[in-house]
Amino acid sequence: MSAPTTVVSADRPVVSADAGATADRDELLAHFDAIVAEGGMIEPRDWMPDGYRRMLIRQIAQHAHSEIIGMQPEGAWLTRAPSLHRKSVLIAKVQDEAGHGLYLYSAAETLGVDRADLLDALHRGQQRASATFNHPALTWADTGTIAWLTDGAAVINQAPLCRTSYGPYARAMRRVCQEEAFHVRQGYDLMRALCEGTPAQKAMAQDAVDRWWLPAVALMFGPPDTEAGGTDARTAALGAAVSRRAMAWGIKRHTNDELRQRFVDQCVPQAERLGLTLPDPAIRWNEERGHYDFTPVGWDTYREALGDDTHWARQRTAHRRAAHEDGAWVREAAAAYAARENENENENVVEVAAENAAENAVVDARQREEEVS
Amino acid sequence: MPTSSDTRVDTAATGVATTTACTTAGADADLAVHLLRLGDDALVLGQRLCQWITRAPTIEEDLALSNIALDLIGHARTLLTRSGQLDGSSRTEDDLTFTRSDREFTNVLLTELPGDDFAVTVARQLAYTHYAVLYYEALAGCDDPELAAFGTRAAKEVAFHRMHADRWTLRLGRGTPESTRRMRRGLERVWPYTGELFAEDEVLRRLVAAGSVPSPAPLHAEWERRVTATVTDAGLTVPAPTWSAGGGRSGLHTEEFGPLIAELQSVHRQFPGGTW
Repeated sequence: MSAPTTVVSADRPVVSADAGATADRDELLAHFDAIVAEGGMIEPRDWMPDGYRRMLIRQIAQHAHSEIIGMQPEGAWLTRAPSLHRKSVLIAKVQDEAGHGLYLYSAAETLGVDRADLLDALHRGQQRASATFNHPALTWADTGTIAWLTDGAAVINQAPLCRTSYGPYARAMRRVCQEEAFHVRQGYDLMRALCEGTPAQKAMAQDAVDRWWLPAVALMFGPPDTEAGGTDARTAALGAAVSRRAMAWGIKRHTNDELRQRFVDQCVPQAERLGLTLPDPAIRWNEERGHYDFTPVGWDTYREALGDDTHWARQRTAHRRAAHEDGAWVREAAAAYAARENENENENVVEVAAENAAENAVVDARQREEEVS
Repeated sequence: MPTSSDTRVDTAATGVATTTACTTAGADADLAVHLLRLGDDALVLGQRLCQWITRAPTIEEDLALSNIALDLIGHARTLLTRSGQLDGSSRTEDDLTFTRSDREFTNVLLTELPGDDFAVTVARQLAYTHYAVLYYEALAGCDDPELAAFGTRAAKEVAFHRMHADRWTLRLGRGTPESTRRMRRGLERVWPYTGELFAEDEVLRRLVAAGSVPSPAPLHAEWERRVTATVTDAGLTVPAPTWSAGGGRSGLHTEEFGPLIAELQSVHRQFPGGTW
């Protein structure tokens, strides 16, 4: 079999993965490139370059891990929410994050990896969640700030991913984005209540914004990837190369710095309405650019926060690992029970088959008797 | 309030249960007490379940437990709001949740027990959900339309929680030797605390006599039958405790309860006059 087998799907020809082994790689790549160039979707059984698969697995896993690790800073406030309305909203939000983690692990599994292996990699520190969450949520206002700023940044980041070139990822992101948009509104509403409250409440809100602004601006969008975005040309060049690759494959649609600018432009008027000060003295409207100027993200800040050896980086992973290890006996019990149930079902199938056979034999015998008589 | 209590006695004596009896101030006060108890049960159990979120054995379980906690907090909100309206104090759900002292909470001790072993949580969920389905279904038949509507809605929700508890009881009971041992221990841990769910006192007897709410006491036998079916199916036996815990309904709690309430109220109390 020298020619690639072409399977015709509902809307376009798809080159099957099995055929890929023997097919001419150039032809497969050309087919892949054409789909991406048309803005089409790559589906799990389509041929795809190894680098594309690796980049997606890495990105989707990191995104899934961020949802799961991101449950912690807010989850820590579930038992202390100061009103039952806010408590309900926060439970629903943390629950959504668990759900997003599950959609995304499922999307990653369509690329041939296993959720358990991805979680193991997270627990061993081989894969990471967004470093944004390697910051502590110190007050109740942090939950509002995380929802307003961090989820706000996530929506800006993720909205273009609803059109990303890999089908299962794009579909997962559509559901994720809808829910994230709610979280941002709820976070803003929580902050508004604090800002309209007592001076102590407003001070708590400002303190939280002072601590979460930089993590949101710097860490939610990735390293600078244009000359405009960073303070150091080498980092910007490295970032630009990665972004170019991701954009050529249709995984990304915009540079990190474009999205970062969009985020700043969105937040400045919101902060003004709340009466809060964003902790960057360089923020001012630039008439010529039609955007807000802000302090370029320093690579040192970024690298420092990325380190594994900080209290919170260690703590987040340790919390996850402890939950996983403490729950091992429960998962083992569930697996043993499921295996036994399957066995019983199979036995039942055999028993039913045997009963049917016996019944048929009786019917046959009766028919024969009738025929004879 | 001698007048209203006389009315109650008369109603009870003649055996004529009419809904008009609960419109009196005394009956309202009784109903407020009863709804506060039910609301506190839901609130405290919801608070305990919140402690699992991000610590559950699987991500699916983080999701399931937060879903259940969310429903329970929802039940608490309805019940506490109504209680605050009926007791004449005009206290809101948040006033009742965040400004009462721990001695003023009237939840059963079952709901406040620490559930740090997943099997204890499952055993408690099994006991509570089977009770709650029966009680809320009964409440759905009461004359008060608002309360009946709440009972109908809550019964539907706790039926899902019961399914969750039943399935975990089976999985743990019939899972591994370790899980069987833990599930047995979990049942033994919580069972002495289940009797309080069905206890009747003067307040409840007056309400029942007036026909305003059903009593949980007659539901005990059916509860026993249902939980026994699940526990037996799980290859375990229902414990026969030699003692029964009580006190929660009159504000006598466990020592673990103080820290639970302190944590619940900490932010609210830290900002006097705050709006949330």
